[in-house]
Amino acid sequence: MILAMGISAHMTVFRGIGLTLLLLLQLALPARGDEAALREIIAKFAAAKGFPAIEAVVRELGATGDPAVEKVLTALSEGNLSFRKSDSQIFMVKEDGSGVSLLDPLSGEPVGEAKKSELTKVKVNNGLRGVIRDVLGTLTLGSPDASGRLAAAETMFKSPDPAAIPTLDTAIAKETDAAVKARLEQARASAVLLSDLPETDKLAAIEIIKARGDRDALSILTSFQANAEGALKEAAAAAVSSINSSLEVWSGAQNVWYGISLGSVLLLAAIGLAITFGVMGVINMAHGEMVMLGAYTTFVVQEVIRANAPGLFDWSLAFALPLAFLVSGAVGLAIERGIIRFLYGRPLETLLATWGVSLVLQQAVRTIFGPTNREVGNPSWMSGAFDLGQLAITWNRLWILVFALVVFAALLYVMNRTPWGLQMRAVTQNRRMASSMGIRTPWVDALTFALGSGIAGIAGVALSQIDNVSPNLGQGYIIDSFMVVVFGGVGNLWGTLVGALSLGIVNKLLEPYAGAVLGKIVVLVLIILFIQKRPRGLFALKGRAIET
Amino acid sequence: MMTGRFFAAGADRRVLVTIALLVAAAVIVPILSLGVRPDSALHMPPYMVALTGKYLCYALLALSLDLVWGYCGILSLGHGAFFALGGYAMGMYLMRQIGDRGVYGNPLLPDFMVFLNYRELPWFWYGFDKFWFAALMIMLVPGVLAFAFGWLAFRSRVTGVYLSIITQALTYALLLAFFRNDMGFGGNNGLTDFKDILGFNVQAAATRAALFSTSALMLALAVFITWRIVSSKYGKLMVAVRDAESRTRFLGWRAENVKLFAFTVSAVMAGIAGALYVPQVGIINPGEFEPGNSIEVVIWTAVGGRATIVGPIVGAVLVNAAKSWFTGALPELWLFALGGLFVLVTLFLPKGIIGLWDQLNAARQARKAQDEAAKPDSPVEPPAAAVRVSAKSSDWKPDPAAEPQPAE
Repeated sequence: MILAMGISAHMTVFRGIGLTLLLLLQLALPARGDEAALREIIAKFAAAKGFPAIEAVVRELGATGDPAVEKVLTALSEGNLSFRKSDSQIFMVKEDGSGVSLLDPLSGEPVGEAKKSELTKVKVNNGLRGVIRDVLGTLTLGSPDASGRLAAAETMFKSPDPAAIPTLDTAIAKETDAAVKARLEQARASAVLLSDLPETDKLAAIEIIKARGDRDALSILTSFQANAEGALKEAAAAAVSSINSSLEVWSGAQNVWYGISLGSVLLLAAIGLAITFGVMGVINMAHGEMVMLGAYTTFVVQEVIRANAPGLFDWSLAFALPLAFLVSGAVGLAIERGIIRFLYGRPLETLLATWGVSLVLQQAVRTIFGPTNREVGNPSWMSGAFDLGQLAITWNRLWILVFALVVFAALLYVMNRTPWGLQMRAVTQNRRMASSMGIRTPWVDALTFALGSGIAGIAGVALSQIDNVSPNLGQGYIIDSFMVVVFGGVGNLWGTLVGALSLGIVNKLLEPYAGAVLGKIVVLVLIILFIQKRPRGLFALKGRAIET
Repeated sequence: MMTGRFFAAGADRRVLVTIALLVAAAVIVPILSLGVRPDSALHMPPYMVALTGKYLCYALLALSLDLVWGYCGILSLGHGAFFALGGYAMGMYLMRQIGDRGVYGNPLLPDFMVFLNYRELPWFWYGFDKFWFAALMIMLVPGVLAFAFGWLAFRSRVTGVYLSIITQALTYALLLAFFRNDMGFGGNNGLTDFKDILGFNVQAAATRAALFSTSALMLALAVFITWRIVSSKYGKLMVAVRDAESRTRFLGWRAENVKLFAFTVSAVMAGIAGALYVPQVGIINPGEFEPGNSIEVVIWTAVGGRATIVGPIVGAVLVNAAKSWFTGALPELWLFALGGLFVLVTLFLPKGIIGLWDQLNAARQARKAQDEAAKPDSPVEPPAAAVRVSAKSSDWKPDPAAEPQPAE
């Protein structure tokens, strides 16, 4: 299975550079000159009996260093290489209905047809496939494409072969790309460890591999250490422990990154709640459903774009953001005007009524869109991942972090720098006084609630990129969001930021030791205990307004 | 006529009538189920007995919530956790009763443990083969958890919505914990496939009837205890803490102890409800810890009328009967109905059905008294305030003053 995946991974690499290679074949005259020699070697497949003999032929082909043998070796590894019983001529075969079409082993051109019974397959097994892969890997050292050479160096690093050292030396000498050169040197070092070269060379090789410092380097050094003796063993042991400790640091950093990523998700989910619960004191149990509405808005936008303008798909989130804000905001406004305004001052009743609203919204979405998960696609700029040192960072997580911080900053600006924010804070602090100063408190309430709900909606757009879009989407976030707001301190946006990030990081740091579920339980228990200590959260508002 | 008196009279008589009705049900239902021929119109099929028995367990759970929410102002969104813990304690006893009749035939280990490669019984499963121990644990586990939780929470004055949210976190944490296979409680599947309870087959009609009677009697007992608690001096303190916690504290009472007692008693009641529930439905799984379930209990109480002893029972039975009907006939619409119920009850029926009834009655009585007063020498006294403890009920208005007040 793993082998098959390895092969297919290689195949994609080759397919990528296949075209370039073909072009080059047309131009590269030296390769032409050797064609006859190549055909001679290929012809030996027909006579080779048993896997060792076939392997010898494969190695011989590899030793030519000619990229032209790629096709025939690939065909062999896929079991598509056969020879005609009558004249022992080698062909690549392609099954074609009842018969088989024959392809030339070098050019890949169709040269005729045959019946299955006229052909004998050149046998291949997994061991042989491994050899073929290595040989192909070595071959691509000559690839004009840097990523092809890089992949070849990687293959040679992972399956070192002392015989390849001269090839590597020439490749290193020719190499101009610094990254590829480093990889080639590492590949050479791992081959040196297995060779008969003197101890000083091996010590230098250990240093090179140690500098690489990832898991592959670790496994090579560990296996070397097991068979080495004396100073070499010590050096290898030292290198292993140094790699181990640096890997530990990296995995710690990876966990912190996961934690920050989880924290940004929590922040997005909780920040709308920080407005409705924190600033207005309204317990909105339907908050999760606002997030869900935002996610479904994204789904609808993407469906419309897919149907009408597929070219705009990468822009779908840009369209979805304002729409989700409007949809969730409008629903929030309706809830506030229709229900919550009759319940101000009765937080427990608000809690129940909004829970009822959440049930209705869930069921409405279930009725309209069905109970199953809906497919929301990632735009191309949010797919994939990149490496930062030993950290694997996915683009969608990174963008969500950026997005969460942008939303946070925007909200902070609205709250602290705009007249509307001023009115909001005034009503929060002293409703009657604000009213006396001419602020229309009912409208401030309504708009604040709509703002909180709208932000939940745009959080839904972001969360649709990493979570299943189903009617239950919101349920998963509501308790976590409340925890964040309560932990961070009600009525304080900075508290929400700190609360979300620290809960995310603590959660992810606990996971390796306690497991995902137990880690979450521990966090919940810690919050419960924390609230005993500081009932108003990390950043409690001070003053008479909230003292009961 | 009797129902008329039942609702019209004061809370004390209402409570007594409820107790009488429950005791009567405990006697009559087994007769209808076992003593009447199956083709008779009066016959009560066993599934019906189990269903109504289940409602009574829910009613007991709602009553336990009413004690803390209605009378003490603690809105617990985690009462389902106590219910489920009681249920698990009972489930563990029932699992041990299976003995070697399980699929794997292991005399000591329940099936799921054999399946999960347990070598020996986890320590916390010891003793559950004896009923007295299980019965003790049914009360002790929820009680101790509630005591510890309440002691921490009330002492540091976590009140109002904060308390509601951390009780929700409590049940959520337990939900996650019980979903884990290596907790030793059957993980996702929970405990099921019960055979015997106290040597009787759980599936048998007679056992079901007996379980129903036990539930009815337990509920009657709980109604009596709740009634005695709330009409005592301590009950007045509870109401005082609910309405003005700071003021009560300034008067020298330890509000946290008042709350702690109510919370613990209530958790024990919820645990008993869960223990009676499990043999009647035949399964207990972590789904019972769902925060949504606990919130649903709140709506039963609210529909019936909080701070009335009878209300939660009426509410639990009505809402669950409606749920049974809806999920059978119109499953799509049930959540709309339930959600709508939450909104409508909080907006328009803050005292629930019983409160509405009292209001209508009070209005009628007032009219009657006016009419009577128009005639000279009328012997009719003006009606006393309907309820002793919840004397506020008759003049209760949905204004902020009803909630615990800021001290300023």
